[in-house]
Amino acid sequence: MTADLMLVWPELILTIGGLITLMLGTFLGDRQVGLYQLAALLTLAAATVAVVALFGVNASVFSGTLSVDAFGGFAKLIIYGASAVSILIAPRFFAGGMRAEYPVLILFAALGMGIMASSRDLMTLYVGLELNSLAAYVLASFMRNDERSSEAGLKYFVLGALASGMLLYGISLLYGFSGTTDFTGIATAMGGQLNAGLIFGIVFVLAGLAFKISAVPFHMWTPDVYEGAPTPVTAFFASAPKVAAMALMTRVVIDAMGPAVGAWQQIVIFLALASIILGAVGAIGQKNIKRLLAYSSINNVGFMLIGLAAGTQAGVEGVLTYLVVYVVTTLGAFLVVLQLRDTDGNAVESIPAMAGLASKRGWLAAAMSVFLLSLAGIPPLFGFWPKLLVFQAAVNANLVPLAVAGIVASVIGAYYYIMVIKTMVFDDPSDTEFAAPAAPVERVLMTVSALWLSVIGYLFIPLLAIASASAASVLF
Amino acid sequence: MSGFPILSLMLAVPAAAAIACVFVGDKSARWVALGATLVNLALGVLLWAQFDIGGAQWQFTESADLFGQAFAWKLGIDGLALMLILLSTFLMPLCILASWEAITKRVGLYMAMFLIMEVVMIGVFCAQDLLLFYIFFEAGLIPMYFIIGIWGGANRKYAAFKFFLYTLLGSVLMLIAMIAMIAEAGTSDIPMLMNYNFPVEMQTWLWLAFFASLAVKMPMWPVHTWLPDAHVQAPTAGSMILAGVLLKMGGYGFVRFMMPMFPDASAQLMWIVFALSMVAVVYTSLVALVQSDMKKLIAYSSVAHMAIVTAGLFAFNQQGIEGAMIVMLSHGVVSAALFFCVGVIYDRLHTREIDRYGGLAVNMPAYALFFMLFTMASIGLPGTSGFVGEFLSIAGIYESSSWVAFVCTTGIILGAAYMLYLYRRIVFGELTKDDVKAMPDLNPREWAIMVPLAAVALWMGVYPESFLAPMRGDVTTVVARLAPARPAGDAHVSAGKPKAAADHGAGHGKAAAGEAHHAGGVQ
Repeated sequence: MTADLMLVWPELILTIGGLITLMLGTFLGDRQVGLYQLAALLTLAAATVAVVALFGVNASVFSGTLSVDAFGGFAKLIIYGASAVSILIAPRFFAGGMRAEYPVLILFAALGMGIMASSRDLMTLYVGLELNSLAAYVLASFMRNDERSSEAGLKYFVLGALASGMLLYGISLLYGFSGTTDFTGIATAMGGQLNAGLIFGIVFVLAGLAFKISAVPFHMWTPDVYEGAPTPVTAFFASAPKVAAMALMTRVVIDAMGPAVGAWQQIVIFLALASIILGAVGAIGQKNIKRLLAYSSINNVGFMLIGLAAGTQAGVEGVLTYLVVYVVTTLGAFLVVLQLRDTDGNAVESIPAMAGLASKRGWLAAAMSVFLLSLAGIPPLFGFWPKLLVFQAAVNANLVPLAVAGIVASVIGAYYYIMVIKTMVFDDPSDTEFAAPAAPVERVLMTVSALWLSVIGYLFIPLLAIASASAASVLF
Repeated sequence: MSGFPILSLMLAVPAAAAIACVFVGDKSARWVALGATLVNLALGVLLWAQFDIGGAQWQFTESADLFGQAFAWKLGIDGLALMLILLSTFLMPLCILASWEAITKRVGLYMAMFLIMEVVMIGVFCAQDLLLFYIFFEAGLIPMYFIIGIWGGANRKYAAFKFFLYTLLGSVLMLIAMIAMIAEAGTSDIPMLMNYNFPVEMQTWLWLAFFASLAVKMPMWPVHTWLPDAHVQAPTAGSMILAGVLLKMGGYGFVRFMMPMFPDASAQLMWIVFALSMVAVVYTSLVALVQSDMKKLIAYSSVAHMAIVTAGLFAFNQQGIEGAMIVMLSHGVVSAALFFCVGVIYDRLHTREIDRYGGLAVNMPAYALFFMLFTMASIGLPGTSGFVGEFLSIAGIYESSSWVAFVCTTGIILGAAYMLYLYRRIVFGELTKDDVKAMPDLNPREWAIMVPLAAVALWMGVYPESFLAPMRGDVTTVVARLAPARPAGDAHVSAGKPKAAADHGAGHGKAAAGEAHHAGGVQ
């Protein structure tokens, strides 16, 4: 038991740090938000150090319910990083409305996500997922007095509960027909004769998880929630939970359902293609930049699923690399959205209002162009690289038609990305006046991520390759 | 070769200058861009001087293990790449000069985009890794999208979109083909892939995927429709670089990838190329004849010329491929010059309508003279660059298929028709319109652009051996690679005088005499 506890330091640190921050908030009130922010960031930093220290360990703890390995570690590093950025960018947005709960909820969400990424048992999987989701529901409706925010929270909660129900139903079927909740045990059962119960279990579990990664046809909540939630929260939703859910789905598919390739592969292929195409087509008519980015995230999840559909180690490496690049790009894009405020301090979210941004705020438009072109996967921007990896995995796994369909659909996606760039750069300026430039920390974050996504990222390929290979090898 | 990474330097100079252009003011940006492109031109000339003709196939090679196992920073050039790099470095300073006064808004960004274009073009021609090539190949979309979209004409947004999406759609299929090739051959090294024998069945698919991309880039009929739009809307220098170099990426892709890597598929599917080329030569020439917009006319003439390039390449013999390469170089210089000629009068009158001009020979004699020279070069008058390329490629095509040669030759006649008709309407006739009368002749800056273009067009026409010599060995290699798959031509040319006259006449009979000619496709 004590030995096991020594291996879950990141989770322990997050729990203790979250509780301390919560207590501080309770006793000191909402005026000290800077302090809570600092406490949360330190907690995340400490947890990151713990993850790095545990890199290379490959152990199963708490009777095999949780796995401490490089795969989980890789996902946790991205999750903690994205969470830290979400905390950093919040105060300026909420202005006076920032409360102590925000960093606390992010910390607990990060804890849940870490458990998702490391779980090797259907029960821990569910616990992690719900811990994350409950925090997320509250975060979505964080602006209590804002109608859209409350609506987003409610929508997210109702549909999330539905998805949890489906997931639980699937879990119960898998448990009922395999006699265990342990991934290895389920894999053994899958290796034998597949019966209807197991197949239904696979379908329902994948449906529940598809909801969390917002893959089509379980994506309906995404645009509404992304639009309604406060922008820093949207940035958080688009990054960290995607990583956790994608990592979880990868582990479930490869570890628990691995032997039943025929059963899950066609589901994943369908999810992938549907997400890519619907994510691209749905975005075309959008007039709100947050909704557009929501469709963009649906679209990008589709590409990740192509890597997963391959079901090979190279495919999983592609998914992991994709997650890193995607998170950096998405956070960057939302950081830009966060800067768009008119002189009265109201957030500007409509795309037509962004017309002529390049002539008013050149660098902001330049950064946004980099992020959007990178999301579209146009070389030489770094977003091209993970797309190449997942397509390569698909081609090598004899899924050439999938790769061809996916890449042709990516051209549809490129259309709406360059449409936004057209609005920002080519169109005549709109009447909207934009407020003063960003806070230094946000400017640094934007600059660093934009530079990384331009050609500099390519120099990190060897590092990403080694890290993702050691993470992916755990599953095979 | 010395170990100095001259190719990397040629990529680094414009890249660094592009960054600088964004930060310095508008005035300095022009000088920075001009300086950087001139430095690159000097480096290009140095490259040419140092190039060892008849030496190793790949020269100035360098490689750095920057990207781990995935792919490599591997550069190197052969004669074909050398010539196209020279073309790029030669046109770039002229483009910068051509936009010196025409561009007044966001000059720094404009110059940066052009310098990025130069990085991309040189990168495409010297990349020796398949993925590195693809990255450069696609990267060209972004700066061109901005050049057309920001500084273009009235309908620039539509043209920018069409250009971007059209070429992207073509290219993505090529990416899948490249992935499949890397999986099959286990390497992304271009020289190794050029000697790898892919299974014949697979070749067909790979060929079609590459064709989808390169035919759009080239552009071949019927996927050429983006080109007139892009040309018409792009600023003068944008058109110059688009016609001058970007179209050549397609031709380069044919001769670098499709032909040596998929020789069997190339032979089986050559009918597609011939058919599309024949249609293009006749159809786009006729379309050019009825244009009322100068830029559109020259854009359609580009499609027609590129069709001669594709037909010449797929003749599978020495003259055909050499001729196609010379047509590419010649068209690079001449079409850039023609677009500049349009730009000169557009800057004065701000219209591209042919009917708005007339009688320019009276008040702009120097302009009329240069325009005449480039018109003749475009038609293919002996003594100009156009003649050498068209003659060689049609000689090569004739050896392969006399019908294709027949149809392609009508393109040259039609070419003379639309170019002379254009020239007559603009330069000759009565000088009646008052605003046209007020147009001044060339200024020193325009002279500085016209003279080098004219000099090179004449040089290539009078002594093409300077340009043919570095390419000859590489063309021979491609022809040898294609030889086993080559179908028998319908023209049974016998060895001896007629062939030799064709080849040596082009080279003015001197240098070719003692060189390893490998019989130039003689049966």
